[in-house]
Amino acid sequence: MTVSKIMDKEGIQRVLMRIAHEILEKNKGTKDLCIVGIRTRGAILAERVNACIKQIEGAEVPFGILDITLYRDDLTTVDMQPIVRETLIKFDITDKKIVLVDDVLFTGRTIRSALDALIDFGRPANIQLAVLIDRGHRELPVRPDYVGKNIPTSIDQNVKVILEESDKQEDQVIVKGRKSK
Amino acid sequence: MSEWTKRNLLDLQQVSKEEIELVFQTAKSFKEVSAREVKKVPALRGKTVVMLFFEPSTRTRASFELAAKRLSADTINIASSSSSLSKGESVLDTARNIEAMNVDAIVVRHSSSGVPKILADNLNASIINAGDGCRAHPTQALLDMFTIREKLGNINGLKVAIIGDIRHSRVARSNICGLTKFGAQVTVCGPATLIPRGIEHLGAKVNYSLEEVIAESDVLMPLRIQKERQQEKFLPSIREYAIQFGINKEKLRRAKKDVVIMHPGPTNRGVELSAEVADGEYSIILEQVTNGVAIRMAVLYLLLGAKGKPAEEK
Repeated sequence: MTVSKIMDKEGIQRVLMRIAHEILEKNKGTKDLCIVGIRTRGAILAERVNACIKQIEGAEVPFGILDITLYRDDLTTVDMQPIVRETLIKFDITDKKIVLVDDVLFTGRTIRSALDALIDFGRPANIQLAVLIDRGHRELPVRPDYVGKNIPTSIDQNVKVILEESDKQEDQVIVKGRKSK
Repeated sequence: MSEWTKRNLLDLQQVSKEEIELVFQTAKSFKEVSAREVKKVPALRGKTVVMLFFEPSTRTRASFELAAKRLSADTINIASSSSSLSKGESVLDTARNIEAMNVDAIVVRHSSSGVPKILADNLNASIINAGDGCRAHPTQALLDMFTIREKLGNINGLKVAIIGDIRHSRVARSNICGLTKFGAQVTVCGPATLIPRGIEHLGAKVNYSLEEVIAESDVLMPLRIQKERQQEKFLPSIREYAIQFGINKEKLRRAKKDVVIMHPGPTNRGVELSAEVADGEYSIILEQVTNGVAIRMAVLYLLLGAKGKPAEEK
């Protein structure tokens, strides 16, 4: 098994800062803007993007955490129920511009679940998607608005985002497995 | 974190402390769902849950039904009075026929201990015990423990007193089992005729003095005198019981400052608990009811998913 590091701590930080700038540019500031991260690593990244936004604009935007477990489309086929964690969205999302944040965009199924979950909280003005890594292989028509890095992968490779807060290791992005020819 | 592998929930003896922790963690998430404007998640879409109640119930049945509905499962209710049971069909036959309609879980309450076990041994559907005779009422104990932990932070080291008709109480038995697993010291208190012999073997202490018990306990849990199970004369009169063992403001003067008062319901106001205490500052009775839905959602979610192998992380 080959393991290659494709992004380091500084690289991740630069990318998040760029995404923060892009979000502010596209939304023309922080008005009605909210950031929602998908548990576990998306939530951590969302918090960091929010910190970047504060650095740039001087104001924080409402921040929420979404657990999509209950909205997964494979709940009836998995052998063991996955652990449900708390969803924390303490603000009204109606008519807000929501930036959904996740670590890796792959099949798009997680995002589909997240969209369903968000809609249960209200009717936002729009939902945008920011991801650190887009590795391709979409199974649903999902398209990100902000991408940290595009990484062409083969389907059996594994992309892992390691973050200090969740993994107790220095931040990095690694790809496991060899790219099939 | 522990994994859930059980197909049925019959009592708390069969589940480990780690599994109970998992129920609590899951319930915490589900509590948030019940606080939303849209109180529904699609987790159990397409599953069917049957409430098979051979004894009257308001709270437990409503709570289970809401729990199932908030998880998007379909529910049906079968009460003994309006079903073929009153025409002489056996419990097992009724359950088998219900199962033949492809249901996924049966929530059962019966006046005889062991009925859920018989169903679990003979059916493929998940069986959840909602109270069998004087034996067990696991979801009630789970919600009591969850509420205690939410209110007091920890169960370990707490002194919990269960007061009243211990003899006929499945709530008491399940609570003794669950609370002692988490390191609480459980004391039972009541008239000698209503304290069963050998209750110490479950891990509870016995103290016949209500005064002493009130003074030392962190949690007081008075139980209802079960009039429907009093064919023999265990008490001279309800009035005498209320005077000796009923909890009122006067007796609570000796209690700890941060004592909490719980009750599994239904309450007979003025008997085991005076109205002012039931509605008073120490009472967390309605919190118990709120948490009941979350606990039952957690139980349904975990039971209806467990098939053996762990799921892959996303």
